[in-house]
Amino acid sequence: MDIQTTGLTRRFGKVTALHSVDLAIPGGMYGLLGANGAGKTTLMRILAGVLPPSGGQVRVGGHDLTTSAGRLAVQRRLGYLPQDLGLYPDLSPREFLDYVGLLKGLDDTRARHRQVDELLELVALTEVAGRRMKGFSGGMRRRVGIAQALLGDPALIVVDEPTAGLDPEERVRFRTLLAGLAGHRTVLLSTHIVEDVAQTCQHAAVMAGGRVVYTGMVTDLVRVGEGATWEVTSSGPAPTVGVVVSAISRTDGTHYRVVSSSRPSPDAVPVPPSLEDGYVALMQRASARAHTVPGGLRLPS
Amino acid sequence: MWASWQAEAIKMVRRPGTWLLLTVAVVLSLVFTYLAPYAAYADGSGGVLSDRALDALLPDRLVGNSIGGLPVFIGAIALILAVLTVGAEYAWGTWKTLLTQGPSRLAVYLGKLLVLAAATLVLVLTLFAVGALASLLIAVAESQPVHWPAVGDLALGIGSGWLISMVWAGFGVLLAVLLRGVALPIGLGLVWLLAVQNLLAAVAAPILDWVAELQKGLPGPNAGALAAAFGAGSDTPGVAAVVGGGQAAVVLAGYLLGFVLLAGAYLHRRDIL
Repeated sequence: MDIQTTGLTRRFGKVTALHSVDLAIPGGMYGLLGANGAGKTTLMRILAGVLPPSGGQVRVGGHDLTTSAGRLAVQRRLGYLPQDLGLYPDLSPREFLDYVGLLKGLDDTRARHRQVDELLELVALTEVAGRRMKGFSGGMRRRVGIAQALLGDPALIVVDEPTAGLDPEERVRFRTLLAGLAGHRTVLLSTHIVEDVAQTCQHAAVMAGGRVVYTGMVTDLVRVGEGATWEVTSSGPAPTVGVVVSAISRTDGTHYRVVSSSRPSPDAVPVPPSLEDGYVALMQRASARAHTVPGGLRLPS
Repeated sequence: MWASWQAEAIKMVRRPGTWLLLTVAVVLSLVFTYLAPYAAYADGSGGVLSDRALDALLPDRLVGNSIGGLPVFIGAIALILAVLTVGAEYAWGTWKTLLTQGPSRLAVYLGKLLVLAAATLVLVLTLFAVGALASLLIAVAESQPVHWPAVGDLALGIGSGWLISMVWAGFGVLLAVLLRGVALPIGLGLVWLLAVQNLLAAVAAPILDWVAELQKGLPGPNAGALAAAFGAGSDTPGVAAVVGGGQAAVVLAGYLLGFVLLAGAYLHRRDIL
């Protein structure tokens, strides 16, 4: 299911959360990066049909999401894991998934129960399938969330900050699971964790201040940091120019990795950028610009 | 909508609070309608009213006795149940989970209303069943003849009790949607049901004519009037024949429709964040 937005705008009273967003998302796994408050969750909610847009066009699999009929049509093929998934504390994972299956129109009881059992196994919750979710950890709740998103074999999966709050092992497992789902589906992964996108997506968009500031290959995003990534070794205070993305203390002093458009200190050494460096450099440029280029930032050739 | 109804029914049945509320309603009804009056009769503390007190506990008074508690304290139970059904979706943040699964908001809302209708019907039927058993036991224990109400009266009584409980449930739904939660809607609903209504009836209405007139248009007094029309004791809190039974039923139906439509409109229009 391809996603196409044109001039998509969403306002909450006097606050504009999305400013004329243009995006074209093909099938497969697609990353949406951005800091907290960048507008990612608002965009996710619009794509999930929870929020109607205030202006612009948004089409998902050919359905117009500005109409309630379009939103309903998309929701029938959607698996959505919101950032703050609400669960019913009195239900067990099995009961909850059965409940969601009913809502999704899986009327054949035996087939529904079979699918619920398969998903419980996929997300490694079989052992606690009958236990109430009241005391579940963040990781277990997330796993329940991804299972409910997968019920009914949706063509579009939208996941919003799925790895936030998970321990490293859970994060890796979650990423692998999501990447494995992409195949014939569209999986839209929204996150502020660059590593998650780096490990799972070929294509990504970056949002800042309610605008799209980059769309393209993830590998190309690295190039934004070329010529702007430095290493500074110092036993004194941290560099004040640019953004320090890491600081490692060694015997010869502290090694600072700095993203800056200008050399942060005379002894700074240019180093090859990582995706995180590229992302930080992009954010710096986006905040420095008075306005952004519609349709995304033009990359240096 | 059938899917939404089934799904909502699962949640309601699995929620321990549902069963707790039903138990509380049965215990309250049993204690204050049958056990306490019968205990007073049995130890003779009812004085010259003893024979009349016994008459009020027998099976032929089943309808009035069963719906007498609905205008106030059993009504409060229906209100709490409704707030839990709708308001808990806000409290748990589950509206998004619910509304992205396919059914429209209207279908989800109707599913909730249907489940509430079924739950309140079960509540009323349980009150009748428990009341029937209690009154039968009292009649047998006191060697009194057992005369049951006519089937038509029984059906009308059950329907009226259902209407009263649905009005309070509808009020709970509206408060839950307006206030988007559980605690405040329950608090405000109970303040209205248990305090404001009583203050209006006992303090303001006797001294202010316009309040007495206003009473005839409020849901509580109309619920009390409908219960009174079926023989609920006038000493029961909230029960008084301020208007006729037919008028009370029409007013209550109007309130139910109003609560449900207003809540539905708010739910439909408001963003789920």
